[in-house]
Amino acid sequence: MNELVQLSLSDARDGLAKGDFSAVELTQAHVHAMEAHRDLNAYITEVPDLALERAKEADHNLGRGEAGALEGLPLGIKDLFCTEGILTTAASHILDGFTPPYESFVTANLKAAGAVTLGKTNLDEFAMGSSNESSYYGPAHNPWKRAGDPSHLVPGGSSGGSAAAVAARMCLAATGTDTGGSIRQPASFCGIVGMKPTYGRCSRWGIVAFSSSLDQAGPMTRTVRDSAMLLSVMAGHDPKDSTSADMPVPDFEAALTGDIKGLRIGIPAEYRLAELNADVAALWGKGINWLKDAGAEIIDIALPHTKYALPTYYIVAPAEASSNLARYDGVRFGLRVDGDSLDDMYTKTRAAGFGAEVKRRIFIGTYALSAGYYDAYYLKAQKVRQLIYQDFASAFENVDAILTPTTPTPAFPLGENSSDPVAMYLNDVFTVPASLAGIPGISVPAGLSGDGLPLGLQLLTKRWDEETLFRVAGVLEEAAGFTGHPLEGEG
Amino acid sequence: MSLDDATVRKIATLARIDVADADLAPLAKELSGIMSWIEQLQEVDTDSVEPMSGGTDMTLGWRKDAVSDGGHADKVLANAPESHEGFFGVPKVIE
Repeated sequence: MNELVQLSLSDARDGLAKGDFSAVELTQAHVHAMEAHRDLNAYITEVPDLALERAKEADHNLGRGEAGALEGLPLGIKDLFCTEGILTTAASHILDGFTPPYESFVTANLKAAGAVTLGKTNLDEFAMGSSNESSYYGPAHNPWKRAGDPSHLVPGGSSGGSAAAVAARMCLAATGTDTGGSIRQPASFCGIVGMKPTYGRCSRWGIVAFSSSLDQAGPMTRTVRDSAMLLSVMAGHDPKDSTSADMPVPDFEAALTGDIKGLRIGIPAEYRLAELNADVAALWGKGINWLKDAGAEIIDIALPHTKYALPTYYIVAPAEASSNLARYDGVRFGLRVDGDSLDDMYTKTRAAGFGAEVKRRIFIGTYALSAGYYDAYYLKAQKVRQLIYQDFASAFENVDAILTPTTPTPAFPLGENSSDPVAMYLNDVFTVPASLAGIPGISVPAGLSGDGLPLGLQLLTKRWDEETLFRVAGVLEEAAGFTGHPLEGEG
Repeated sequence: MSLDDATVRKIATLARIDVADADLAPLAKELSGIMSWIEQLQEVDTDSVEPMSGGTDMTLGWRKDAVSDGGHADKVLANAPESHEGFFGVPKVIE
């Protein structure tokens, strides 16, 4: 494997600036890696020609000293971001052939900063899932395997293709989106850094909508510095998204001071589940000690409504999804199945175009919003959501950040949880509360399970305090010293 | 919480998703399972709680009530399965 694909995003940036290699060489190395690992099914669409063309321009800009913040750096883009002139599928049959005539705000920012797009990465259909198995294009595979066991594991979801591609060195970094854990959970399963910003930090404009009060784009990278670097470009105010924050974007990389002396770190008792995997529990204990050794003060906290976060999420998200996905009707884009009447065309198109999990959520959401049930389910869930937010708000009066595991278990084999929807939903038990509260979170790879799989630890801070989040994450990363590589032995 | 076949049929109609008769009973069982699990929300006391309707507490911004974009009919129609003379094409709705 070409050594250029082993570089971090920030080292590649510095290498290009110094002229150690060209953007074309860097891109070519990643195009080869992308082709060599097609067995992982990490990409739905590859655009190597566009990438190399863009890399040539980048070399030109670098030569003239006019480099953008991401000039010449090859990235993977989750196939939920609309990309002008490039097929955008949301991993759904119903978007067959959809080629957006516009660019999402986030990917437009990346382009303007000089980034090179390698392709569109695989995901769960409409970002609904925790294993990437609901993709119409087949599941992406985790590049990691259990020691001595050849069975394929899931990369997590919904940003499973992005996580697999970053872990397998098929891009320097990738974009993801997180609605209930869709960046942090796959990052934990694949041994990379996954960051969900504060709701409103990144514009949702041009991202295929799933649950509009929860969806948030974020970076998926191999280091905390890369995460900070990428978010600085992705974030920013966009008048086309009324929930996008009209506030300055800090230089997140500058927040990585390496010093957390005196910071107060909260440990929530409610996350100590009986069914917590022993390796995960042990790693959480190590994480607490690492932060304590770095000078932080450890404080026990309570988040009493934690156990209600998942059922709350499974009303709020499907309700919003049932509304957002009403637009797929066979009229304006994508698949159409002919019918005898307009209604017949709608129902046949939607029956053929949506997969089982998407239909399940549309049905739950439709039911929760239907006459006679709205107060009992949707309004109730919105009220419990308020209590979950209040739990965090109270906790952040006494602590600067919260440390938890990212997931209750390491990655599991394909097919293991696919027959029981509720069992699959439990994967997001530690990530959903922060999504409901709209606070930022990051998963940092921190160790390996007994059978050799990566495990992440999650940090959370209050809204708009990504700087403290990155600062603590940088210290956690340094202390954990995670150097695991999923494709060891392949050269 | 148990959803009967008639309720699931009604939901499917509202959602405009065709469900075959043979699939109705298994779907009702699956949705009932999920709704029973969600039922635990009823044990939370929310009497004096304001519902949280969005992901943020920011005040929404104002903008001028003016046309800011447009004139892209060709682009809007480019992805349509069927279009005629600048319009989307749909099956006949009036006999």
